[in-house]
Amino acid sequence: MEKFLIHGEKDDYQIVVGLEVHAQVNSQSKLFSGSSTNFGSKPNENVSLVDAAMPGMLPVINEFCIKQAIKSGLGLNAKINKFSVFDRKNYFYADLPQGYQISQYSDPIVGEGTVEINFPDGATKKIGIERIHLEQDAGKSLHDQHPSKSYIDLNRSGVALMEIVSKPDISSPEEAGAYIKKIRSILRYLGTCDGNMEQGSLRCDVNVSVKKDGDPLGIRCEIKNLNSVRFVMQAITTEAHRQVEEIENGNEIIQETRLFDAVKSETRPMRSKENAHDYRYFPDPDLIPLVLTDEYINDIKKSLPSLPDQIRKNLVDNYGVSEYDASVISEEKEISDYFFLASKGRDGKLVSNWLTTELFGSLNKNNLKIEDSPISPEHLGELVDFISDGTISGRIAKDVFAEMFETKKNPSNVIDEKGLKQISSSDDLIPMIERVISNNLDKVDEYKNGKEQLFGFFVGQVMKESSGKANPKLVNQLLKEKLN
Amino acid sequence: MSEIVSKTILQIKEGLKKRDYSALEVTDAFISASESNKKLNFYNTFTKEKAIEMAKTSQSRIDSGEDKILDGIPIAIKDLFCTEGTLTTASSKILGNFIPNYESTVTQNLWDAGAIMLGKVGCDEFAMGSSNETSFFGEVINPWSKVINKNLSPGGSSGGSAAVVSAGAALAATGTDTGGSIRQPAAFCGVTGIKPTYGRCSRWGIIAFASSLDQAGPITKTVNDSALMLNVMSGFDPKDSTSANKNTPDFLKACGNFNLKNLKVGIPKEYQISGMSSEIINLWETGHGWLKDRGADIIEVSLPHTKYALPTYYVIAPAEASSNLARYDGVKYGYRNSQNHLDDLYANTRADGFGNEVKRRILIGTYVLSAGYYDAYYRKAQRVRNLIIQDFNKVFKDVDVILTPTTPSAAFEVGSQQDPISMYMNDVFTVPASLAGLPAMSVPSGLSTNGLPLGLQIIGKQFDEENVLKVASNIEDQAKFPFLN
Repeated sequence: MEKFLIHGEKDDYQIVVGLEVHAQVNSQSKLFSGSSTNFGSKPNENVSLVDAAMPGMLPVINEFCIKQAIKSGLGLNAKINKFSVFDRKNYFYADLPQGYQISQYSDPIVGEGTVEINFPDGATKKIGIERIHLEQDAGKSLHDQHPSKSYIDLNRSGVALMEIVSKPDISSPEEAGAYIKKIRSILRYLGTCDGNMEQGSLRCDVNVSVKKDGDPLGIRCEIKNLNSVRFVMQAITTEAHRQVEEIENGNEIIQETRLFDAVKSETRPMRSKENAHDYRYFPDPDLIPLVLTDEYINDIKKSLPSLPDQIRKNLVDNYGVSEYDASVISEEKEISDYFFLASKGRDGKLVSNWLTTELFGSLNKNNLKIEDSPISPEHLGELVDFISDGTISGRIAKDVFAEMFETKKNPSNVIDEKGLKQISSSDDLIPMIERVISNNLDKVDEYKNGKEQLFGFFVGQVMKESSGKANPKLVNQLLKEKLN
Repeated sequence: MSEIVSKTILQIKEGLKKRDYSALEVTDAFISASESNKKLNFYNTFTKEKAIEMAKTSQSRIDSGEDKILDGIPIAIKDLFCTEGTLTTASSKILGNFIPNYESTVTQNLWDAGAIMLGKVGCDEFAMGSSNETSFFGEVINPWSKVINKNLSPGGSSGGSAAVVSAGAALAATGTDTGGSIRQPAAFCGVTGIKPTYGRCSRWGIIAFASSLDQAGPITKTVNDSALMLNVMSGFDPKDSTSANKNTPDFLKACGNFNLKNLKVGIPKEYQISGMSSEIINLWETGHGWLKDRGADIIEVSLPHTKYALPTYYVIAPAEASSNLARYDGVKYGYRNSQNHLDDLYANTRADGFGNEVKRRILIGTYVLSAGYYDAYYRKAQRVRNLIIQDFNKVFKDVDVILTPTTPSAAFEVGSQQDPISMYMNDVFTVPASLAGLPAMSVPSGLSTNGLPLGLQIIGKQFDEENVLKVASNIEDQAKFPFLN
C-alpha cells in the first residue's frame, strides 16, 4: 500500500496513530453487580445498591465478564495474564457514584496480541495490541431535562467495558478504519461485544501525532469518545492537518485531550481542568487479585468459534471465492453464516457472486440488514441450482431474484407461476429459429456472405421470440447448424 | 430487676429458659439502664419501640419452644452497621439523615438468631479515632468516669459499644476494628472484645473505613459471651469478595478449658516500648504468670518490624479511606450543601459534612496515593505490611498465641489528647495484628493504680480464634476482674 502522507507547505509528514477501543462486554448483568445491562430501559431502572454506591456496598466480580474478556484476548491472539488486579481510578463526577471507577492498571487481564487488518486490494497489515483491561462504565449526566438542574441516569453505571489498547502501529485514517472494523468483526464473531456503535457499545479514543520521515515520534494528542468509524477517520485527518499546520507555523504541539466536532470539522481542547486529573490508582481492597489457571484458559480456548481470518482463508481455498469477496463475506458473522447456508453442496463462487452483487445491492437499496433479507439463504441456494442445471438462464434469474425479494417466495414457485422455465428442448426451439430465419431472409444472405457479426442479432431475435426463456447455449448451437 | 443488667448472656439465657423472667422484662431492664445513663451519651439512635417489639417476638418463640440462640438478648449496634429502616450515621453529619433500606450481613445474622436491637451506639466519625471524640454527635463517656470523677474517654472507635456493655446497659454490642477499634475501647471500659481474623465476618453493609483492615466483632462482658456472639456473627458471605469461605467452629467450645499444657505463648520483646508505665509492664508479667500456672510454655519471641506498624497503618488506612469516602459527595444521599455548580457542591458538602479528623485522613490518604508520592508512601507501606505479616508467620511456627498489653495506658480524660500523633499512639499494640489480618482479643485483666481497667491482648494465628478464646478465658478466670456492673 502506498505510504500515507500529509503534504504540508514545506514538508511531508507521516502520521502515527494508536487507538483505544472501549467495547461493552456482551453480558446480561454488570461487571460487579447483578443489575441488567439492557439498553433503552427507563432512567435508573437498572440500578442496584452497588451501582448507586450505597454505604457499605461491595463489588463482586461477574465471572461471565471475565470469560468474555479472556475470549476476546484469545480472539486477538493475545497473551492471557494468569494474575490480574482490579484498581481504583479515583475522580469526582456526578455520574460516577463511587467516586472511583474500578479498572485495571498495572496488571490487566490480557497482554500483548496482534490483529491483521485487510484492505480492499487484498493487502494486509499487522497491528499490535498492547493490552486489554476490564473496567466499569460510568452513568450518564442529562443536562437537557431541566433549565437549571442536571439529572443522572445510573443504568450504565457499572456496565463492563473492555478497553482494547493498540500499539501506535497505525499510519493512515484508512488503517484506523480497517482496524476498528476488524476488532468489531472479531468481537462480534466471539459474541463478546455486539459492536453497536450507535448505541455506544463500541467507542474509540484516538492518539494522533505527526512526524517527518526519519524523525522520532512527535507529541501526541488524544481525541476522545468517537462513536463511528467515519468520525474516527475524519478526526485523525483533521487533527493530523492541524498538527502539521501548527508545526509549520513554528508552534509546538501540546500533549492534551481534544474533542472532535464533526459539524465544524475541527478538534479543540477539552477544558484544561478535565486534564488535570491525578487518578491515584491503587489496588481495590474490596476485590482480591484474579488468578486464572491454564486449564480454565484452555477450556475457553476450546470453545472459540471460527474467526474472520480463518473463514476468509476457507472461502478462498475451499469455495473458490475471490479474495475481495471473501473479505467482505467474512467481515460479518451474519453474512458468512448466510453464505455457508446458501452454498451448502453448491458452487461457492456462483453463490458468492449472487450474494455480493444482487443480494447486497437489493439489501442496500432497501436499507435492510442481511438478517432481515426477504430471500433466505436456502432460497438463494435453490436459485443458483436452477441456474446451474439450466432450468433458467442467468438473465431470467435476475427477474426471478427480483420477484423473490419482493414476495419472499421460493424460486421454483416464481418460475412456475411466471412460466419462466428455460426452453431447453430442440423441438421447442427449432420452430422459433425457423420463424426468425424466414422473417429475416435478407439478413441471412448478408450473414452467409461473410457478415458474421449478425449472428448475435439472430440470437437476440430468438431470445425475444421465446420471451427470454430460451436456453442461450442451445440457441447458439441450433442457430449455427441452421445458418451454416 | 437491677440484677438482670449485671448478668452475662449465658446467665440470661438460662434465666429465660427457667422462666425467671421474660424477654420483655430483660429488655425493659436494659432500656431502663440506658435511660438512666443518658448523660453517658451511648446512643446516636435509641430504638426502644423496636426493642420491645422484638422482645415480644422473642418471647413468643421461647414460649413455643422454638427459641433461637440469642432470643431475648438485647444488644447495641455500632452506628457503622447499616440497619434497615433505622438511621445509620457513622457518627457523621454527612450521613446524619441516612436511613438504609438494607441490613448488613452481620446484623442480619444477629436478628436471625433472635437478638434484640436496643439502638445504634456512638463511635468515632467513620470509625476514625481512638477516643470517640471525633463523633459529630458528641463523645460517649466511659462509665468508669465515676471512679475518678472526671469525664473519661471510652476509647474508640467502638467506644459506644464498649461503654454500653460496661455500664450494664446492653448484654453485648457489635463493634468494628480497623487498627484496634474493638480492643482499645474494650480495654478502656473493662470489657471483652475480639477482632476475628480478617474475612471471618462479612463486611457487607458495614460503612467502610479501610477495606483491607475493617473487621466486625463483638464486645461483651465475658469471653464466653464473645464466643457466643462470634458464633452468630461469623460466616461466609458471597456478597463480600474478601469473606472467607470457611466453616465457623463452635467458638464456645474453645472456652473454659483451664489446662494449657503444650500451649506455647509468645512474648514479643518489641512490645516493650520506651516510656511504657510500670503498671502496664506489671500487668503483662502477671499475665505470663497466670498462663504459666495453667501449664503454658512462655517463650520470648521477636517481631522485628513492629516499630514500623503504626506509620504503615497510618499510610494504608487513610489511603483506602480517601477513596472509600469519595462516595459521600452530596449527589445521591446524605447531607448536601446545595450549590449551583458541581465543584462547589462537592467542596461545600464535604467541607461541612466531614469533621476534622476525617478530613485529615482524607488529605493524608490522597497525598500518599498521589503521583510522585505513591512509591515513597503507599507502595513502601504495602511492602512493610508484608514484612510485618512475615514476622508473624515466622513466630507462629514456634508459638500458638502471642500475649501483649492491649494499650500503652488506661483510659484518658476527654479532651486531654489534642495532638493527633499522640492519639495515634493508642493503637501501637493493636495495629500489627490488624495489618496481618490476625484474630486478636482484649480481656479485662486488672486495674491501674488509680482504679481504671487495663486489658491484655491475645493475638492468634489466622483463623485460630479458638486458641485466642481458650487463652482469654484462662486470663479471665484468673484476673477475677471487678466489673462495674
